[in-house]
Amino acid sequence: MELSFTARNVLIGATLLGALGGLLGSFALLRRQSLLGDALAHAALPGVCLAYLLTGAKTPLPLFAGALAAGLLGSLLILAIVRWSRVKEDSAIGIILSVFFGVGIVLLTHIQRLPSGNQSGLDKYLFGQAATLVVQDLQVMAVLGTVVLAAVLVFFKEFKLISFDPGFAASLGVPVRRLEVLLTLLLVVVVVVGLQTVGVVLIVATLITPAAAARQWTDRLGTMVALSAGIGALAGVAGSLASATVPRLPTGPVIVLVSSTVLIVSLLFAPGRGLLWGILRERRLAARIRSENLLKDLYRMSEEAGDFAVYFTWPHLMGVRGQSAVELERSAGPLLAQGLAERSGDALRLTEAGRREAGNVVRKHRLWEVYLTRRLELPVDHVHRDAEAMEHALTDAAVDNIEELLGFPGVDPHGRPIPARRTV
Amino acid sequence: MSSAPVLESRFPPTGPAAEPAAGVPAVEVHDLTVAYRTQPVLWDVDLELPEGRLIAIVGPNGAGKSTLLKAVLGLVPPVTGWVKIFGESYARRRSWVGYVPQRESVDWDFPTSALDVVTMGLYGQVGWFRRPGRHHRETALACLDKVGMRDLAHRQISQLSGGQQQRVFLARALAQDARLYLMDEPFAGVDATTERAILTLLQELRASGRTVVAVHHDLQTVAEYFDHVVLLNMRLVAAGPVATTFTPENLQRTYGGRLTALTQATEALLQKREAKLETKLEGGKGEKPWS
Repeated sequence: MELSFTARNVLIGATLLGALGGLLGSFALLRRQSLLGDALAHAALPGVCLAYLLTGAKTPLPLFAGALAAGLLGSLLILAIVRWSRVKEDSAIGIILSVFFGVGIVLLTHIQRLPSGNQSGLDKYLFGQAATLVVQDLQVMAVLGTVVLAAVLVFFKEFKLISFDPGFAASLGVPVRRLEVLLTLLLVVVVVVGLQTVGVVLIVATLITPAAAARQWTDRLGTMVALSAGIGALAGVAGSLASATVPRLPTGPVIVLVSSTVLIVSLLFAPGRGLLWGILRERRLAARIRSENLLKDLYRMSEEAGDFAVYFTWPHLMGVRGQSAVELERSAGPLLAQGLAERSGDALRLTEAGRREAGNVVRKHRLWEVYLTRRLELPVDHVHRDAEAMEHALTDAAVDNIEELLGFPGVDPHGRPIPARRTV
Repeated sequence: MSSAPVLESRFPPTGPAAEPAAGVPAVEVHDLTVAYRTQPVLWDVDLELPEGRLIAIVGPNGAGKSTLLKAVLGLVPPVTGWVKIFGESYARRRSWVGYVPQRESVDWDFPTSALDVVTMGLYGQVGWFRRPGRHHRETALACLDKVGMRDLAHRQISQLSGGQQQRVFLARALAQDARLYLMDEPFAGVDATTERAILTLLQELRASGRTVVAVHHDLQTVAEYFDHVVLLNMRLVAAGPVATTFTPENLQRTYGGRLTALTQATEALLQKREAKLETKLEGGKGEKPWS
């Protein structure tokens, strides 16, 4: 695809910004300072306006400097409020955000009423307009980006430590407060870099969204930071290409939409932490419990029959379990697959392995019943339901301990034998 | 837990601390007052803690126990007074001190492994601008081994039980190879196995001449686990060997009217004392009842 000069600028700028936002956003997210970036962006607006009023022109460097100065002032004020007053951090962030943004909007309105104001294009800072990026902007972004990346690489170990355990860090003599200020300054730099592209309102999304998505996929900070930068860059590429090909599609919001999509996918599907996996785990557990219950019923019925070789028919089992044929089929499936039960036509019986396995579940159930009646002195007819739950939760070692604690009782409160400890 | 000697250490073991420490105290606190804003937390605390002992800091909630530890570590600035560690300021003795913060003070969902957390104990040695190397990693693994956690070295820390998390924190302090360990409630919320493991570890540290100062909540176990006790309720109530200091009278002065938990503790204490005296009278081995 042939890209115009402007489109190429946008591509480079958006990618750079995405990567930097993802990089620093990881630390902001883990330090629970997600909203700090938002406050800094809003705080930068009056700086941009004042710089324009002072220089009377929209040249990149003075506007950068203005935004940077106002952002820094805002961030230091937040730190100062938290340190010297009783106001909590979230409130301090709210105060600075609204006060600075309010001043910014007043100045912006004033500028637009000026004769030259209509052409200033300063209102683009609210929602961002990547198409206004010029080569000089990119140069400033590249330099600041290099500084931020170098700082994160050099101080990675320390940033990790103060993010995880600031108290311990301080006891080691690490200058925690100075490093916190440094992290905040880096955040201000990234926010200011992104202001023109994504705008005051949405910039926080380029910090937090890639980081939150990356957190879903890894349990290592280094991987998370790299992945977050990668997701941010990807969103930048996708957003700028989309707005280059589809007319009237704004870059900034598309970047945010792309990274939000990645986030939603990550929240749902990431292995381990994803919602879907939680649901699957629950269903697997429920299925295991159903199979274990069928196993236990087969054991109990064989025990009553005094013969473990006897087969039990499907309708009989459906009656005992209170399950439909399909449900019973589903519960029996894993038992057959694991060789715990065998099937002959329309009937089921335990294999030798199944008898041992079932004995284990029954053992947990009956020992727990003994424990409840003897130790907690619950009546015999009140303990079955509790044991039904515990038989799936107790570990072998725990149940061995309980048996020992009870002095090897031999029979449960209903007089049924407790299967012996497994020797396998 | 392996019974191998404590890792190769900068501080040679001085053997069991049988005789009272002859030299400077491990911790000396002079006229210490600490306040959060205008709310005083510690008042005029004067304290000397001997080297080579297991020392419990005991007192009701809000008595300033954690604050005392933090003040010794220089984490909270004092209004008045000073602290010395082995006769010097904390800044100069920093590398002699290991710290175990309260387990709840950090976010255990942080993306990091048990091994990584223990390696943090070595950051002081690693220094600025450098990454921990292979021998740091091996030291950290050996420390995890000491607390019986080597197999879980690569687990994400949120997947560890409370007791295991506490052991990771202890392993991190071991990695610091300190002469004085300050621990904020090391026994809080751990399972029985971990409690025994921690106790064994503390005893090993004492046997190699280290000093351990721990905030402790369980009055029932103070006399059993510790040699020395500091009773604190904003002001210092009493400090000294458990045998002479951990008395029902002093506990009464520390806890004031809050008697319910206390009565049980003192009763258990009195019973234990009687039992020990009886064994002694019956011709036991003549050991000191409180050592």
